Amino acid sequence: METGGVTTNFPKSEGEPVSPSWWLRQLDAIGRNILHFVHTVEGLVAFALITLGVALTKFNASTRVIHPLVRAQIYRAGLRLLPMTSFLACALGLVIIGQMVALLTRVGAQNFAGTVMVTVVVRELGPLAAALLVLARAGAAYVIELGAARALGEVEALEALCIDPIHYLVLPRVVGLALAIFSLTVYFILVTLVSGYLFAFVQDVPLLPGDYFKQLAVALTWEDFALLAFKTCGFGIVIAVVTCYQGLAQPLQIEDVSGATTRAVVQSVVACVLLDVLFIVVYLVM
Amino acid sequence: MNETLSPHPTRVAGVGGPVIELLNVSVAAGGRPDSAALEGIHWRVSAGDYWVVGGLPGSGKSDLLATLAGLYRPLSGTLKLFGSDVGALSEDDFMAARLRIGLVFEGGGRLFNQLAVAENVALPLRYHRGQTAVEAGERVKAILDATGLTPWAASTAGRINLARRQRVALARALAMSPEVLLLDNPLGGPGLPEARWWRDFLAQLASGHELLRGRPLTLVIACHDLRPWADQGKQFALLKQKRWLAVGGRADLTCGHEPLLHELLATEFGVGQPGGY
Repeated sequence: METGGVTTNFPKSEGEPVSPSWWLRQLDAIGRNILHFVHTVEGLVAFALITLGVALTKFNASTRVIHPLVRAQIYRAGLRLLPMTSFLACALGLVIIGQMVALLTRVGAQNFAGTVMVTVVVRELGPLAAALLVLARAGAAYVIELGAARALGEVEALEALCIDPIHYLVLPRVVGLALAIFSLTVYFILVTLVSGYLFAFVQDVPLLPGDYFKQLAVALTWEDFALLAFKTCGFGIVIAVVTCYQGLAQPLQIEDVSGATTRAVVQSVVACVLLDVLFIVVYLVM
Repeated sequence: MNETLSPHPTRVAGVGGPVIELLNVSVAAGGRPDSAALEGIHWRVSAGDYWVVGGLPGSGKSDLLATLAGLYRPLSGTLKLFGSDVGALSEDDFMAARLRIGLVFEGGGRLFNQLAVAENVALPLRYHRGQTAVEAGERVKAILDATGLTPWAASTAGRINLARRQRVALARALAMSPEVLLLDNPLGGPGLPEARWWRDFLAQLASGHELLRGRPLTLVIACHDLRPWADQGKQFALLKQKRWLAVGGRADLTCGHEPLLHELLATEFGVGQPGGY
């Protein structure tokens, strides 16, 4: 059986004795996967550090070229996703939040509606949903664009013109994605909370709008705003770094693009979830 | 001309001061540190030179130009740009030296396909000089006029034909008013009329074009067909079996005994006789 390029060769039948060589192959496969994982993490961390270095050393360099590129990325990964974000936020608001408010009211726990909303929507659902949406619409495209730019020699052309490819190609995407995910998350949360209440309202739930939003205001703390900003910007940075790394790290042929895109999406999701876990720990500690 | 070509350049040195010097340089193949495309190069490019470097496909011409442009670091030896050893230069000084050298890639010039032609030309001006599109516009217009690209200024670079793409690459390389222009097989794709235009335009640049305020441009052309440049280049060299071989001046082209020289001047590689472009 082939799994991710590693041959496992399971024993053919239950009664057949497992040969020592089979175990050796399994160990070999595990070792190779661990090495591949370490190599990938090493590459990603190195790429992130290079990007950070360029961001610090060229913070004010060529702003007349870089700032429009950042704005273009915000438009592309933020503004252009507003319709889709609205749709998703309304859907989740109606399906999840509306039902939850109705359920809480039925068991007499409507006073906790605000706390539950803040925990579910503001801290978890909003940032993750916005990040996944941006990853699907913009992040995957970055891999293809940058892979093509690398394959067609555009990266070398930039270097020949003494234009740092990280500064020109990566940094606008990192900043643009961070700001876009932050903005989309705020928008997503607002739409979800409003649409969720509207669903509860049409179900005749005895919770006045004033009470609902008052509960939300009471449940929200300054840490929520600060951590929301850090978390969403972190998601944007992670997605941009991973997708740009997969697009630029090696010259891609046409047949490599789909594999690189899949790798970038999987690695971005895993990295975002790990970052989310880190923030959950921070919430619990605070 | 001697029967055995010399790997040393002194006999064909130019009249100006040295702008690029290679002392026993090994050139990395594709920029990789583990493989040399060329070894032991001793070469001096002086201001005002018009070098034509011939070699078969795969002989390391592109790698040599990439090294001269500062894209690849030499595997060994000393590379001097404008009198300074690049190994001893700070990153900023190295960048400043590289900005004085323009490079035109082969096969369509590696343009930024999403940008318009004018934006491709304006990009280095905007990035390095902090100009707005309007401020860079005058210079861009002058370059596009000179290169005959004005009708395509607003066209997306990825959608124009190969001959025009190659001209855009030249226009982009001229934007920063380089002192040295490196051209990698500029006639590799364009047809005969385009080849004439290139020869004429490069001759104007070499003798001093108004785009460069009349300053003569130092040219290094790498190609696999010497014939278009036989009556225009001033210094000639060959790349063979990882070695750099100086040929000499125009007069030495016809009296050399190097088989590769005859091969690169043979009719099957081109479309006409020497000087017939």
